Amino acid sequence: MRSTRAVEISTGLFVLLGFASLFFLVTQITNRELAISGGSYQVNAQFENVGSLKPGAAVSMAGVTIGRVDSIGYDQQIYKAVVKLRISSAYNRIPTDSDAAIMTSGLLGGQYIGITAGGAEEFLKEGDRIELVQDAFVLENLINQLFATFARGSGDASKANEPAAEETKQ
Amino acid sequence: MNLLRELLENLRQFIATIGATTLFLGRVLAQVPRAFLRPGLIIEQVHNAGALSLVIIMTCGLFVGAVLGLQGYDLLQRFGSEDALGTAAALALVKELGPVVTALLFAGRAGTALASEIGLMRATDQLTAMEMMAVDPIRRVVAPRFLGGVLAMPLLTVIFIAIGIFGVQVVGVQLFGVDSASFWSQMRSSVGVDDVYEGIIKGCVFGFACSLIAVYEGYTATPTAEGVGRATTRTVVTSAVLTLILDYMLTALML
Repeated sequence: MRSTRAVEISTGLFVLLGFASLFFLVTQITNRELAISGGSYQVNAQFENVGSLKPGAAVSMAGVTIGRVDSIGYDQQIYKAVVKLRISSAYNRIPTDSDAAIMTSGLLGGQYIGITAGGAEEFLKEGDRIELVQDAFVLENLINQLFATFARGSGDASKANEPAAEETKQ
Repeated sequence: MNLLRELLENLRQFIATIGATTLFLGRVLAQVPRAFLRPGLIIEQVHNAGALSLVIIMTCGLFVGAVLGLQGYDLLQRFGSEDALGTAAALALVKELGPVVTALLFAGRAGTALASEIGLMRATDQLTAMEMMAVDPIRRVVAPRFLGGVLAMPLLTVIFIAIGIFGVQVVGVQLFGVDSASFWSQMRSSVGVDDVYEGIIKGCVFGFACSLIAVYEGYTATPTAEGVGRATTRTVVTSAVLTLILDYMLTALML
């Protein structure tokens, strides 16, 4: 039998390797790594439709992630989705008239909130609301419209182009 | 008529084995607190079950990841979305392949070693000798081995997954030139801590099941050379089948 010392060392290495792997999995491949270290502040925004936005999705400005979506709720009074955004305190110079849009990364990618800076002198702070919003682009709606157009088109081929042209103008 | 009787007999034996295993589990668990009084024995078994399985786990993890990279890339590039390779491979590894393949390897490497070791102790009357010296073989031999397996298995699982993701990365990013940034960022945005928990919980459950089967089969082996051989075979077969059945149930539970 090998000496106890060698057994202890190799077991210790094994356990350390296990915990290092766990650390890697939890920090490197999961999305909580920007669980926002240090201070942060919360702002909210109201959307007609959030599409498939999920808590934990990125909030980004100019493509740089500056925060996360904290929670998504539905307000029965105003019939809108209320999205709470948690933004790192390092980014505390976001004008109050900035615009928040729900965007999709790639054709089938996940959704995130993109903020475009406005021109106001005052900056967003804890509890503020972003007034200018742009809803999620829902692919299904577009496809439904397209199908509706085709359905009408097959019914009456001569009129097919007109409604289609109208809808594209919208 | 004979066939029916045989079937009934098999069924009765099957139920009896389940009962015996459960009772055995109770006896082992009752000795677990006392086994912790001698941590040296447990460390030695973590070494046997874990550290000695490391090479096979790491090699297999690397190649499973690499194959996942090849197949995943080939499939995804048909849809022009090879950037999603990171997501697809990481989720597959974390939730399914990692725990299941690790459990199968664990049963093959550590489970058989446990079963044949305890079975051989039984065959050479070492366990009886212990009983005569008023040493409870369950506390001295079985409980530390069981605990070693239970502790080692989740660690082996996460190591397997981490190495597997490295393997995917080697094939996908280095070999096929998937954009490294989108590989990692898509993986990060779609793999949650919950998914990692799911993998670890599966690893723990499989470790528990495989270790229990190994020590039970070893402990109840017929004390002959043939009996020990049979016990070893049964360990692998039962562990593999049970792992896959449990995997289905756990997935259905946690989906």
